Amino acid sequence: MSKLYSGAEIVFKCLQDQDVEYIFGYPGGAVLPIYDELKNHESIKHILVRHEQGAGHAAEGYARSSGKPGVVLVTSGPGATNAVTALTDAYMDSIPLVCISGQVPTHLIGTDAFQECDTTGITRPCTKHNWLVKDVKDLSKIIHKAFEVATTGRPGPVLVDIPKDIQFQKTKYVSSIKRKKLNGKIHNKFNQSEIDQLVKLMVNSSRPILYTGGGVINSGPKASELLRELVSLTGFPITSTLQGLGSYPGDDNQFLGMLGMHGTYEANNAMHDCDLMINIGARFDDRITGKIDEFSPKSKKVHIDIDPSSINKNVKVDLPIVGDVSEVMLSVIKTLKKKNPNFASSNKEKTSKWWEKISEWRSVNSLNFINSDKTIKPQHAIQRLYELTKDKDTYITTEVGQHQMWAAQHYKFNKPNRWMTSGGLGTMGYGLPAAVGVQIAHPDKLVVDIAGEASVLMTIQEMSTAVQYNLPIKIFILNNEYMGMVRQWQELLHEKNYSESYTAALPDFVKLAEAYGCVGIRAKTPDELDEKIKEMINVNKPVIFDCLVDKEENCFPMIPSGKPHNQMLLGPNDQKENKITGKGKTLV
Amino acid sequence: MSKPKSAYSIPGKKQKNDTHVIVVWVDNEAGVLARVVGLFSGRGYNIESLAVAEVDPKLNISRITIVTTGTPQVIEQIKLQLGKLVPVHKVADFMRGDKKIIFKEMALLKIVGNNVKRKKAIKFCKKFHPVVLDKTNKSVVIQITALRREIDTIMNDLKKIGLVSVSRTGAVAMTRGAEVFK
Repeated sequence: MSKLYSGAEIVFKCLQDQDVEYIFGYPGGAVLPIYDELKNHESIKHILVRHEQGAGHAAEGYARSSGKPGVVLVTSGPGATNAVTALTDAYMDSIPLVCISGQVPTHLIGTDAFQECDTTGITRPCTKHNWLVKDVKDLSKIIHKAFEVATTGRPGPVLVDIPKDIQFQKTKYVSSIKRKKLNGKIHNKFNQSEIDQLVKLMVNSSRPILYTGGGVINSGPKASELLRELVSLTGFPITSTLQGLGSYPGDDNQFLGMLGMHGTYEANNAMHDCDLMINIGARFDDRITGKIDEFSPKSKKVHIDIDPSSINKNVKVDLPIVGDVSEVMLSVIKTLKKKNPNFASSNKEKTSKWWEKISEWRSVNSLNFINSDKTIKPQHAIQRLYELTKDKDTYITTEVGQHQMWAAQHYKFNKPNRWMTSGGLGTMGYGLPAAVGVQIAHPDKLVVDIAGEASVLMTIQEMSTAVQYNLPIKIFILNNEYMGMVRQWQELLHEKNYSESYTAALPDFVKLAEAYGCVGIRAKTPDELDEKIKEMINVNKPVIFDCLVDKEENCFPMIPSGKPHNQMLLGPNDQKENKITGKGKTLV
Repeated sequence: MSKPKSAYSIPGKKQKNDTHVIVVWVDNEAGVLARVVGLFSGRGYNIESLAVAEVDPKLNISRITIVTTGTPQVIEQIKLQLGKLVPVHKVADFMRGDKKIIFKEMALLKIVGNNVKRKKAIKFCKKFHPVVLDKTNKSVVIQITALRREIDTIMNDLKKIGLVSVSRTGAVAMTRGAEVFK
């Protein structure tokens, strides 16, 4: 007879079979048997966070920077509800997470027991799937399936809720059954005729653009290599969503920068005027499309995505291709090379007018800002941070708001998996715990959380985690004492009624850093900025960097509400003109 | 027009809504109906009626029939989103007017009244194969199967002659002929 294992032991056997190295978690009554078992499994290290939301974001940071699923362990009731924000964040940004939650014993479910909540009910809309384990015999099968669901197809979070009595009960262990097919949920069934159609469209196009997204990152490092090959092979211009940054070198000439609400003038105008749009692993989010009725009116649209429900959801496309972007790009490259070996050179002439137009838009220099030698401009701070860290293979996380957009605009990424930001859900407080997870996955790399002072206070307690595990993360705060993006919207749309967007009584971040046992650095003027950034980089401890920036600076360029791509606000002057005339026409 | 004070775009042209019957084959496990229904409410889709029961006790498969309305784009999304749910095996979609499909609803009608009224009520239902499930000297319970609008009409007619209670199922659907939806 084979050996019997307790539910708690089975949890760890499954995690070992899945090559899990780290768990991010927080103990509590309903997961004590699992925590008791932790000591017997040396290959798995537990990272104790200070709040379950932090565990979730840290696991997300770990997953995004390493390509492996993040594992979260929380207790019942408040443990599970605190993890909901992180699960939803992972769901929106397609990050593979496996969350294991404790539950009250089976016989107490439904009695409003202490720390009971309907965890599977609460997390149903924010996970790809979830399970309540009712029989210990199902446990190993469910956990293995959970990993499979989280990591295959379009990745996402899953949750396994394990009642405490199940953690004690004993049964046989069934090891991982590796199956390729999952209930017909994995779609990779594109065919050659679709590829041929796409190549035909590419050959015939005179104003093409590639619009790439997080799907390229999720498809693995191979996808980024293929994308680079595809771009150089075709000579097409390329723009990327917030999540896709890094899949193509940010400093390359064919890269037009990020598109969307705070994207570059050239990227948005090219999207508007193109005749062929090839969407690779992006999802026509409302921050990207602007006004949907006037979105890229003259183009044929191709959408490559692994999730069939992403296609035709927001924007109707002419050629949908359902599949893993790596495999689709590989087929396109092969077909293109076979049918049109000299495509790049023959295409050069055809697209030369298009590139001229793009150069015109580029010359507007939409990311420009008026620098100052008295106060630190936030854009300048990011640019300096970039210049001083670009040779170090730096990992950047962000919170949510103006600083996030400035980081996306001014920090140029060359490799995938180096940029971790909450795009879909827009979770303030994401960056600090995410940086913890990134540093766990890459202990020797420089990890910087570009933060705002408002966002970072939402999860500041995780500094304690960073100190406990000697994680030298750098929290680079662009401190303007405002919830900057809120203030910007109030300025533009609510007659400067800055309702509740100013934070009085902010902590002294340098002293706060010292209180946590890490290093605090403050930069007040542009003159001292470089020195202080260097100091931050050279400290081998967690650092909170309080960068006092211009309080009034707004994030431009910008597509205002309800406007199409070709009506962008370029800067403060544009905005004034707009105010005076009161008409929507802001730009030619 | 005043400037929209929103980060979101204004809704564009409205498309025409069609009524569709969506049939979903699912694993009969805890919470599966909540997943399907939650998907509809969470994404703002309509449910006009819903019928669900296990159809294969051996494989534990339930068949859910949902009548819904939406633009072609929304109907397409419903099908694709349903297809993503882990316990969902297959999804079929029929237009309500589709001639190849049989739709049926069942209704139980309780009529309270004298003999004349009760007889009249049964006569009214004649077209829809009435089955008398219960009768007393004051009341009768009639079972009919028909289309939704037919039951609506009958209900209206019977109200005048003592209809006191109605219980209706959601529509169920099946293809005509030898064909089976794969």
